[in-house]
Amino acid sequence: MPKNIYEKIWEAHLVYVPEDQDPIIYIDRHYVHEVTSPQAFEGLRLAGRKVRRPDLTFATMDHNIPTTNRDKPIADPMSALQVETLKSNCKEFGIQCFDMHDPRNGIVHVVGPELGLTQPGMTIVCGDSHTSTHGAFGSLAFGIGTSEVEHVLATQTLLQRKSKTMQIHIEGELPIGVTAKDLIMHIIGKIGTDGGTGYVIEYTGDVVKKLSMEARMTLCNMTIEAGARAGLISPDEVTVKYLLGRAYIPKHIPEEELIQLWLSWASDPNCSYDKTININAVEVEPQVTWGTSPEMVSPISGRVPVLNEIQDTNRRNAVEKALKYMGLEEGIPIESIEVDKIFIGSCTNGRIEDLRDAARVVKGYKVSKKIKQAIIVPGSMLVKEQAEQEGLHTIFLEAGFEWREPGCSMCLAMNEDRLNPGERCASTSNRNFEGRQGKGGRTHLVNPAMAAGCAIMGHFIDIRKWKFND
Amino acid sequence: MEKFTVLKGIVAPLDARNVDTDQIVPKQFLKRIQRTGYEDVLFYDWRYLDDGKTPNPKFEMNSERYQGATILLTRDNFGCGSSREHAPWALKDYGFRCILAISFADIFYNNCFNNGILPITLSADIIEQLFGEVRAKENYMLEIDLVNQSITKENGEKIHFDIHSFLKERLINGWDQIGLTLRYEELITNFEKQHPLKL
Ligand code: SF4
Repeated sequence: MPKNIYEKIWEAHLVYVPEDQDPIIYIDRHYVHEVTSPQAFEGLRLAGRKVRRPDLTFATMDHNIPTTNRDKPIADPMSALQVETLKSNCKEFGIQCFDMHDPRNGIVHVVGPELGLTQPGMTIVCGDSHTSTHGAFGSLAFGIGTSEVEHVLATQTLLQRKSKTMQIHIEGELPIGVTAKDLIMHIIGKIGTDGGTGYVIEYTGDVVKKLSMEARMTLCNMTIEAGARAGLISPDEVTVKYLLGRAYIPKHIPEEELIQLWLSWASDPNCSYDKTININAVEVEPQVTWGTSPEMVSPISGRVPVLNEIQDTNRRNAVEKALKYMGLEEGIPIESIEVDKIFIGSCTNGRIEDLRDAARVVKGYKVSKKIKQAIIVPGSMLVKEQAEQEGLHTIFLEAGFEWREPGCSMCLAMNEDRLNPGERCASTSNRNFEGRQGKGGRTHLVNPAMAAGCAIMGHFIDIRKWKFND
Repeated sequence: MEKFTVLKGIVAPLDARNVDTDQIVPKQFLKRIQRTGYEDVLFYDWRYLDDGKTPNPKFEMNSERYQGATILLTRDNFGCGSSREHAPWALKDYGFRCILAISFADIFYNNCFNNGILPITLSADIIEQLFGEVRAKENYMLEIDLVNQSITKENGEKIHFDIHSFLKERLINGWDQIGLTLRYEELITNFEKQHPLKL
């Protein structure tokens, strides 16, 4: 019987199905960061347990680290302690750690793929919900809690119930100026933030086949915002081309064999899914969120909702609460919304293609006087290095952007990069929750070119009408 | 892990949809390296006024009548967003052992079971009804019986709930999951020897 990719990976990783409990699956890669791991390592120590496969476990620091003055000690003593704790835990348990000063440091979901640690057919977990990103390579990747982190450290396995599968089939062609970010925001707007609950999503169709690996990562990254357990894309030539030659690609398997192995995970023709949703890419416009949940989203040509046009009481209450928090009037055009700060970065849009997109818009322009701060935070050291080789940083700096060291930064504002109460931000990150970018801060999620255009104009603009200087 | 069999307690309402884990525990408290001591930071931005100390009188759960609550009543997609286990830690430290909602986000749901918290999914109609009853009567209590999968109101009315049998067993017995899995260590070793990816 033809199988979809999820079924293949699931079956290949079943260690045992006990009668009285959930199936035990093997975990091929375990990524660790400073925020969700200290209690897990402490648990191991208390129980006198070891890390079963330190060679399959990789750590990076990203959430809590500063994006300026990296040569100085971290100013916040609690952040410093957390970062130090990860370092000493990795040392104690024999785990490779890409620490703050390592040239391979960066956001965990940028580092894993670019080093070739993430490969097709793997099961990948991390104490971080955006682990779904790695699904772009045709791996089954999802976020877990700290107790589960401890479980994986100790046993290299996890207990899982099998998910249902959903196919999101995307046909047509993405219009110029519309990116994978807009596509996933459009999908979330359509199915809602719990539309994927209980499912693993596979993205299929012509549009997906044509996406670069970077764009596929953006798509899978925000799958968690639709509530799904994981999002993945069957591996193909694009995947293979991206991976070959990367640092951690296995050397003990001949290249031809490796490629065959990778491609073998792709969904079989005529496989089936529990549910299928069809999306016509032609309809997708650049998107902007106006509320405090990623499903509160509008095309750039749209308006903020009008309350008495919403029938459902619970939904109307939620929208009213969101608009109040966001300081937005009902019914105003999205393009009229002015912002204070710009953040370009994160595991959603902090990769080289994202920076290229933004730089292309910025070239020859200056950041608007209305903007208090505009920062670019590359997703990793390697992304930063590549961007500098291409001269992108000069374009940004000349326009008045700040060019930072890599990290999660203003995506979640655990370090100093944050919004002040009431400040409004055009952000390329993935969550517009209340307070996400700083208490009282107001987040509008957009793609990198839209954020760049917003920096130049001081308000949202339709990037499809932009006058490029190239 | 603490066992969960029967719980009788006060119900506190949290009338919101899509409550994300950033609201349950804001990021500034994720810098801690401990697993306990999060009771004061639960719902921090909603619960306190801007000084971060004075209870916000507009936050329903702060009212006197809900003090000592052990059951949280909320709406759909509770616990969405970040995977931070600090969210169930804080709920538990505050005193909640059971959450009633229309639906839960996936990772949060799993995290509950690793912390002795019982998340129960109920229909939108029942949740709506419970909201009405909680607000109508001070000291509104429910009895949650996990063994029999039933919720009993003070007037004796019962509501049945569904739960996966293994998850139920884990809570009832308070099992240490790692210890359970390590019983199969030999099988894990065998699996590693024939791993399809030759890791
Ligand atoms: S960039 Fe944001 S979403 Fe991504 S891992 Fe960091 S904090 Fe999480």
